[in-house]
Amino acid sequence: MSIIAITILALCAIGVTAAIILYFVAQKFKVYEDPRIDEVEEALPAANCGGCGYPGCRGFAEALVKADDISNFNCPVGGAAVMSHVGALLGHEIKAADPTVAVVRCNGTCENRPKTNQYDGAASCSIAASLYSGETGCQYGCLGLGECVEACNFDAMYMDEETGLPVIIEDKCVSCGACVKACPNNIIELRKKGPKSRRIFVSCVNKDKGAVAKKACNVACIGCRKCEKECPFDAITVENNLAYIDYNKCKLCRKCVVVCPTNAIHELNFPPRKEKPAANPDAKTVKPVATKAEVQDAPKAEPKANDSKDETSDNK
Amino acid sequence: MLKTFSIGGIHPAENKLSAESAIQVLPIPQMVSIPISQHIGAPATPIVKKGDEVKVGQLIAKSSGFVSANIHSSVSGTVFKVDEIMDASGFRRTSVIINVEGDEWLEHIDRSEELVKEISASKEEIIKRVGDAGIVGLGGATFPAHVKLSVPPGKTAEVLIINAVECEPYLTSDHRIMLEKGDEVLVGTQILMKALEVNKAIIGIENNKPDAIAHLTKLAANYNGIEICPLKTQYPQGGEKQLISATIKREVPSGALPIEVGAVVQNVGTAYAVYEAVQKNKPLIERVATITGKSLKNPSNWMFRIGTPVKDIIEAAGGMPEDTGKIVGGGPMMGKALSSIDVPLTKGSSGLLLLPREETARKATKACIRCGKCVSVCPMGLEPYLLMVCADKKDYERLEKDAVMDCIECGSCSYTCPANRPLLDYIRLGKGKVGQIMRARK
Repeated sequence: MSIIAITILALCAIGVTAAIILYFVAQKFKVYEDPRIDEVEEALPAANCGGCGYPGCRGFAEALVKADDISNFNCPVGGAAVMSHVGALLGHEIKAADPTVAVVRCNGTCENRPKTNQYDGAASCSIAASLYSGETGCQYGCLGLGECVEACNFDAMYMDEETGLPVIIEDKCVSCGACVKACPNNIIELRKKGPKSRRIFVSCVNKDKGAVAKKACNVACIGCRKCEKECPFDAITVENNLAYIDYNKCKLCRKCVVVCPTNAIHELNFPPRKEKPAANPDAKTVKPVATKAEVQDAPKAEPKANDSKDETSDNK
Repeated sequence: MLKTFSIGGIHPAENKLSAESAIQVLPIPQMVSIPISQHIGAPATPIVKKGDEVKVGQLIAKSSGFVSANIHSSVSGTVFKVDEIMDASGFRRTSVIINVEGDEWLEHIDRSEELVKEISASKEEIIKRVGDAGIVGLGGATFPAHVKLSVPPGKTAEVLIINAVECEPYLTSDHRIMLEKGDEVLVGTQILMKALEVNKAIIGIENNKPDAIAHLTKLAANYNGIEICPLKTQYPQGGEKQLISATIKREVPSGALPIEVGAVVQNVGTAYAVYEAVQKNKPLIERVATITGKSLKNPSNWMFRIGTPVKDIIEAAGGMPEDTGKIVGGGPMMGKALSSIDVPLTKGSSGLLLLPREETARKATKACIRCGKCVSVCPMGLEPYLLMVCADKKDYERLEKDAVMDCIECGSCSYTCPANRPLLDYIRLGKGKVGQIMRARK
């Protein structure tokens, strides 16, 4: 009996001594951590995708708390809602960042871009890209082995078996940029989502001269500069035989879509063209001059309406 | 017992179908396209423009740095255009396209067959002429030869090793050069010895070419300091480090160049090109390539002008067989499949292999069974199965630590893998990424 009592007392004594030592050690070596880091981390979506450029949500939270001005930070997954919440926690004013979305800038479907050879190596875009130019005459376009789809953590992409191109499911895309980094040919771009998800972009990255590009792919940008001349807002620049639309300058007037001879410029989520552009609810941003020009162009545009509708559905 | 390198290696079926076929001269095509980048290093700068008249041997693109090479016209005629055309890997590269008119050579080029044994040029003159002639390593790596001959300060070359191994299956162009141009090769070797200031050269030849060994041994008796070294047939003995290990039993440290152990390695075809450049003033405008394949009518060796379209040499060898599934530029182990036959033959074209469809089909990849065969055949002592996984998982730190940069891309691992894993494909990818990271760090 006494052995049991001694044992219990001895253990209790050791426990108490150890607790006292631990208490003082903990006091001495205490690491101060800003409690706001935990709060901010709590507010973030915990996707740990790295889309913000930091190693996971914790790393992003630390950077946010440390920063004096968080207006340049953006969580692409949470978007404006999360950022304003974080801003409130940290006492910063937040201007809503424009939401972005990934866009595949290649329309080289099996039909548009015939195969000239067959690749039978390891099924990885990076490996194919390091070996040669790809299965078609276009050395810039999609290689079709789906490395971007593998990289997507949000199930927002799939490979369309018919076209051989990746498709982005807009509603699921959080614009983390994993696919952009995964693509060895840099055909995926994060672009402004636009009002009502309406976007206009050049669906081609081919820098070859017009004739070469056209021979390789029916819908390649041939660098003809028609769109550049047509654009009333100087949003389009042609460099290295390739047009690029600056989404910050583009007012979605769709005039470039009409003049493009190879249908390389795509419009997404617009209503059918028969509806006059002036009636477009987004037209409030369009300058009056442009609206007038558009009305004049409208009859010309009509035959194109069906084409562009098809493209839209292809790309969606 | 015959010498060979210390670790790893395989012995694939040799298939030297064209070994008995003497070198023939391929007719000059009507049009040649000469890419300005046919070597490792900076592309040359074109110095001709549309409409210019050029003669055979005339400089058309100038070397644009120390590691770069001059490009000469291989034909006489008019420059049709300087434009981007497709190369063997499908990318568009600047090339000079020349319409052929006659065959008019520059006057200072000695076209006689007469052997010039006397080496009158000094060390500096030799290196300059080799550089001017645009000679690159003709084994297939196309590293500019004059760079290798310029021994960096503080280092000394002790021995010149001539790579006459031709360890790739199917290829026989070096074999034929040794048999038909033996004396020229040996004079070329002496020129290289003079440039490097060494008094010993070893010519390494695998014993699957007994006639070449016998022929060169007989001729070498007339030349000072050249030793013929028969080697056991083993792939990849033609790798620089493997050849050094096999012939002089020295190991080049990881990340170092052969000069670190006092050796300089040059290909036997390069030795012949050096002879022509220094003794005959002839720049590198033609070379020998093997065209071969089991279904091909006439596997043979051809001396072609640089820039000749691939389809011309296929025609010359009896046309493309019906069952061709893949056309490989180079040998079956390290060669690369061509994406089109409209591309030109270049300085690095050592062979063209037309493989029948059933031989090219990749078998389905299965899981690694941990047999360790890839580790035992790797001539660099690496662990290919592990490197493949690291490359797939993008663990570049681990790849660098495990010496992925030492990989010589010989393909022995992929060849031997019983689970058909694309080991080399992934390792090459990882190697490229690690190389980028290492360059960025500098």
